[in-house]
Amino acid sequence: MTETLAAYSLVAIYSAIAIYALAFIAFVLDLSRRAAVAQTVTAQQPVAARAYQGSTLVAEKAPPATEATPVSGTTRYQRIGFALTALALVVHVASIVMRGIAAGHVPWSNLFEFACLGAGFMVAVFLAVQLWRDVRFIGAFVTGLVVLLLGLATVNFYVPVTPLPPPLQSIWLYIHVFVATLATGFFAVGGALSIAQLMQSRRESGKSAPGFLRSFPASERLETMANRLVIVGFALWTFTLMAGAIWAERAWGRYWGWDTKEVWTFIIWVVFAGYIHARATRGWRGNPSAWLAIIGFAAVLFNFTVVNLFFNGLHSYSGLK
Amino acid sequence: MQPRLGPAGWLRWGWRQLTSMRTALVLLLLLALAAIPGSLVPQRTSDPNGVLQFQQNDPETYDVLNRFGLFETFSSPWFSAIYILLFVSLIGCIVPRTKHHLDALRARPPRTPAHLERLAGFESAPSGTEPERAIAEAQKLLKASGYRTERYGTSVSAERGYLRETGNLVFHSALVGMLVTVGVFGGFGYTGQRVLVQGEPFTNVRASYDSFSPGRFFDETALEPYSMRLDDFQARYQFDLTTATWHSTDFTASLSTRTADGEWTPATLKVNSPVSVGGTDVYLLGNGYAPVITVRDPDGNAVFSGAVPFLPQDANLTSRGVVKVPDGLGEQLALYGFFYPDPLELADGTFTSFSPSDKGESLVSLFAYTGDLGLDDGVGVNAYTLDPTSLTQIAGGKSGTPALQLKEGETVQLPGGLGSVEYEGLRRYVSLDIHHDITATGALVFALLILGGLLVSLFVPRRRIWVKAVRGRLEYAGLARGEDPTLAAAVADLARRHRESLGE
Ligand code: HEM
Repeated sequence: MTETLAAYSLVAIYSAIAIYALAFIAFVLDLSRRAAVAQTVTAQQPVAARAYQGSTLVAEKAPPATEATPVSGTTRYQRIGFALTALALVVHVASIVMRGIAAGHVPWSNLFEFACLGAGFMVAVFLAVQLWRDVRFIGAFVTGLVVLLLGLATVNFYVPVTPLPPPLQSIWLYIHVFVATLATGFFAVGGALSIAQLMQSRRESGKSAPGFLRSFPASERLETMANRLVIVGFALWTFTLMAGAIWAERAWGRYWGWDTKEVWTFIIWVVFAGYIHARATRGWRGNPSAWLAIIGFAAVLFNFTVVNLFFNGLHSYSGLK
Repeated sequence: MQPRLGPAGWLRWGWRQLTSMRTALVLLLLLALAAIPGSLVPQRTSDPNGVLQFQQNDPETYDVLNRFGLFETFSSPWFSAIYILLFVSLIGCIVPRTKHHLDALRARPPRTPAHLERLAGFESAPSGTEPERAIAEAQKLLKASGYRTERYGTSVSAERGYLRETGNLVFHSALVGMLVTVGVFGGFGYTGQRVLVQGEPFTNVRASYDSFSPGRFFDETALEPYSMRLDDFQARYQFDLTTATWHSTDFTASLSTRTADGEWTPATLKVNSPVSVGGTDVYLLGNGYAPVITVRDPDGNAVFSGAVPFLPQDANLTSRGVVKVPDGLGEQLALYGFFYPDPLELADGTFTSFSPSDKGESLVSLFAYTGDLGLDDGVGVNAYTLDPTSLTQIAGGKSGTPALQLKEGETVQLPGGLGSVEYEGLRRYVSLDIHHDITATGALVFALLILGGLLVSLFVPRRRIWVKAVRGRLEYAGLARGEDPTLAAAVADLARRHRESLGE
């Protein structure tokens, strides 16, 4: 029974990867379509893209402008990509649930499981943000990253289900890892928006840039959206740090010991604190703060992969030998 | 001409630089960078063996890194310099802001601007209501939504979100509180390790610890007297068919503890659930087997007898141990070898352990050495290792005599009529970490303040809203103070509710 479920779980994750890959293709086609469409639109109407840039200081009766979708609206490819992503997430979640039932404990106890859950959260945050603001334009980035992560997880990190070793049997661990992985989802989407922001700001300063950017929101607006996501991620990460300390206190008798994993959790926290400061410091808004958000997310990825695999310490729970 | 700065001027200038947002940011980024080496190089505090290994493998690199304090990154001068500057900057930042905030809390919301058109969410609607009544109604609505309000003629000025700045100040102050708690009060604690064999007593005095690290301000009175012993130890394992390995699923140590003039009381110790006794917390870090071994001289007098903890070498608890007998026999004797809880003989005659569980068949296989054990030199000797280079092997290996193999209850004679060795029985042992830490509660309180302050400061919007009656029209507008993505919606919502309440 356990083996069968674990096998189904693996089949489901492979299927999810395939669907994400299709979604990625659709999103990429969408971007190339936008590049072409935006070219013709701006050729006729050079100011159209800029009109969107309004901040909250908007004249009477104009407020909808800030909420409007970018110039070219949605394309069929984008809708297909988005629908496929949602479908893939359903299969993805099913895989995680089956894995949990097969293992008889929470499905986030080794690197393979962290990666699957983390990728799931990235997509879930992406889809949830869509309810609030149109962010489908970063679909290619999110699905591309998720395909890579899940590919890496299934090919290189896969381990069969095992019982939880005694140090991992703690409610604080469940909370700690769950919230850390959720925070990763927010940092990922925030990071994606920050990358878009940097590219957009490059275009706005008159440098050459890919054509599809013309249909993206203005860099200032991308920055505001990225900021909302990053601060949610930061709040979650602060909690992660604390739950981790409580768990360490229960398991090893000290809440903080500068173990490798703790060092990286701290570094990430400080980088994002730096990001928040940068947003409030003259001369550091805009591009420099976007770079910090991206560096922070890169550190998160580094922490989840390289640190888990190659650095030793008390947290060596990758499940790989 | 620039005005010339005197020493006081320079000091003031330096202080302003240090407490500026930009300096805080640069110091934060430096702090993140400076922490990186602490994850690349083994640290003395968290991985002392890693440091020793590094030193052995590459002494030259070791010397260079050691000079820069890289094996103690987090107490190194450069790391300390960064965080001390950061915290000085932080205090220099909190104090004036707190003062400023207290003033702001007492101040009245500012005058309504003459022109609202250019402000956020501006709305203007014709109104038939008498201005006095319209504004009074607006003031009531704003008050009900938690705004502080002030009338200025036929307009009302409202502000909310002082809590945002309060949260920010609580957050930053709690960071300072956390640093002081951990940095200062942490120094009063101690931690120690002890391998405790079933039945052996432990009393909480310094000499009972195998290793002991006192904090900076430790003194002996912090060691509250108590006793503790290990009554029983249970481990549960599960066999994984796919990988053919045993996975541990549970470790439970049954302890008895007794505080000064008390009774023995039972306590259960598990990996994630420490036992609190006598102002300390006791943690279960490891476990293993301790065969009881007795060595006798040729006349049958015991010259050594005791439970000897063997250190686990693999997942099936094949364990390694040493017995040193410096006195009582014709020569100094050392026994070195392996313990197999569930022995399985391999084709080449050597043993392995089939599982980590003792099924009453356990086996001890020992090499015997004679010669000078070096115990008299006064050099600290690790009880778990043996350096056989200057010793003569008399049993096992190339000595020509087979290794001593004993099942529980068996006795074998040592070669050359030196005496005999008996494997009398089997006990379990646990390795314990024992901590006395008075900071945990304080750290938790500050952690909660940090988290609470952060949430308030990140997610409570701080904004101003104005409602103004001018020439038969009502005007509404807002002003964000800091990040406030929902301001326009809030103004629109207020305008709608206001006109509804006026019946327009
Ligand atoms: C120990 C190092 C520090 C850390 C970890 C830190 C962290 C943070 C965090 C997480 C925030 C956002 C949440 C909030 O507003 O409460 C923040 C905001 C802020 N910090 Fe710090 N901080 C530190 C030091 C400082 C220093 C030295 C200053 C003064 C120069 C400062 C001034 C500010 C200000 C003005 C804000 C508000 C920014 C805004 O309005 O968005 N912080 N800090």
